[in-house]
Amino acid sequence: MAIRKGETAIVGIGQTEFSKNSGRTEIQLAAEAVRAAILDAGLRPADVDGLVTMTQDSNDELALMRNVGIPLVRWTSRTPFGGGGSSALIEHAAAAVSSGAADVVVVYRAFNERSGNRFGQPTGGPAPPSLNWYRPYGLDTPAKMYSLWFQRYMHQFGLENEDFGRYSVVARKHAATNPNAWFYERPITLEDHQNSRWIVEPILRLLDCCQESDGGVAIVVTSADRAKDTRQTPVPIAAATQGNVIDGNVIFNYYTPDTARFSQAEYVAKQLYESTGLRPADIDAAMIYENFSPVVFYQLEAFGFCGYGEAKDFIADGQIELGGSLPVNTHGGLLGEAYIHGVNNILEGVRQIRGTAANQVTGAARVLCAVGHSALILGEA
Amino acid sequence: MSRVVPPTVDRDDRYFWEGVVEDRLMIRRCAACSYLQHPPTPMCPRCGSVDWTTEEASGKGFVHSWIVSRHPNEPDDEGRIVALVQLDEGPRLVTNLQDIEPERVSNGMRVEVTFKELDGVKLAQFRPATDGPL
Repeated sequence: MAIRKGETAIVGIGQTEFSKNSGRTEIQLAAEAVRAAILDAGLRPADVDGLVTMTQDSNDELALMRNVGIPLVRWTSRTPFGGGGSSALIEHAAAAVSSGAADVVVVYRAFNERSGNRFGQPTGGPAPPSLNWYRPYGLDTPAKMYSLWFQRYMHQFGLENEDFGRYSVVARKHAATNPNAWFYERPITLEDHQNSRWIVEPILRLLDCCQESDGGVAIVVTSADRAKDTRQTPVPIAAATQGNVIDGNVIFNYYTPDTARFSQAEYVAKQLYESTGLRPADIDAAMIYENFSPVVFYQLEAFGFCGYGEAKDFIADGQIELGGSLPVNTHGGLLGEAYIHGVNNILEGVRQIRGTAANQVTGAARVLCAVGHSALILGEA
Repeated sequence: MSRVVPPTVDRDDRYFWEGVVEDRLMIRRCAACSYLQHPPTPMCPRCGSVDWTTEEASGKGFVHSWIVSRHPNEPDDEGRIVALVQLDEGPRLVTNLQDIEPERVSNGMRVEVTFKELDGVKLAQFRPATDGPL
């Protein structure tokens, strides 16, 4: 069972600008985003009693309290993995609120992931034992690690790199009309995509890869009851959950029986649909984590928006564009807007339900925010 | 020549790396329920046993997926083919393919183990099988 529908809501969002060089420390980015989210909700720092971030976040909870002026916190938790746990941030926050462990939880994620520690670069130094099965063989960047999974999908369903490029073109098209996006007013063509350099042959070109970004984002979660008294129209959390499967792996997802499918996302989808009674056709827009473009293809299929192997046609037919049957990554996604570890996707989901997105989907009432390993549905269910 | 990051051998995978030194591809089997587990774990997920036996794998299997790995910071003209090989015994393992050009590699092709020292590190590698297609 996923987080029970209707008990919790998102009442505030905040962020810094997204850049390649923020010019300030990560804790400052976190503090700015958290303060903005609290003010957006019409709350005060003293109302906050819970904090949730990622295991990988460098920003200490106590340091954040001292910056933002949050006097007392009684709930903290951190989500597993990196971006794979980004939707789980909301699950943690909602679980804390539903259980009574906290009343107002702020979720945050902030980093200098371009000007500081770049995720996309090869990792140096000796391998920890858990990487003995990978690093000695030359898997030293996320692009290579993930590609050994993606290649099976391409083989199984007969895709070429150009098929992935059609997603990238849409992401950049959406970013081009989102002033918040790094690639605002900079769309690409499929030819640009095919002319970009290979990152991993024959899977990924440069324009299949997400950005490396500096920035911070924050989200305020509280109970549905308390949400009625906040400044914004509350965005209900219809469901939020994780999908961890034995022999699954976030980065080296090589050991599930059928690697042309995203087993974790299938498990997540089943939980979300069963707990809300919703079906894929009920979803008005989807924010789908894409550190690399192929992850969108796996997830469109796992969440039942199209059949297995049909994502390339679904995308080529324009279904994921504004005006299509399922607009995807209306802010430009992690390729077009920024890579704030996937959490910026949830902010876009909130804006879509509020009706304030730069690329607004008319009447968007239910939005899926999916990372495969975790996902949530925003809106009334 | 490719740069190779050496493994950091620990208690749970020493059997594998000791096997590589002897040109043997070792896999672990649960001593209680015979379950094969790779990558290895100290506890058997099927029966809870922490006792394992090691045995030499056939060294034969097929290519489940593959990529070409190049080094963006230090251009490496050779590149390396990284493959996920499914052993005939069942488990999958990551390796490199030798004695074949990338354009000749295909999913499902039969491969067999070979051992090679690269950049001072001895690794289990695979090459096109000599026993022909399955």
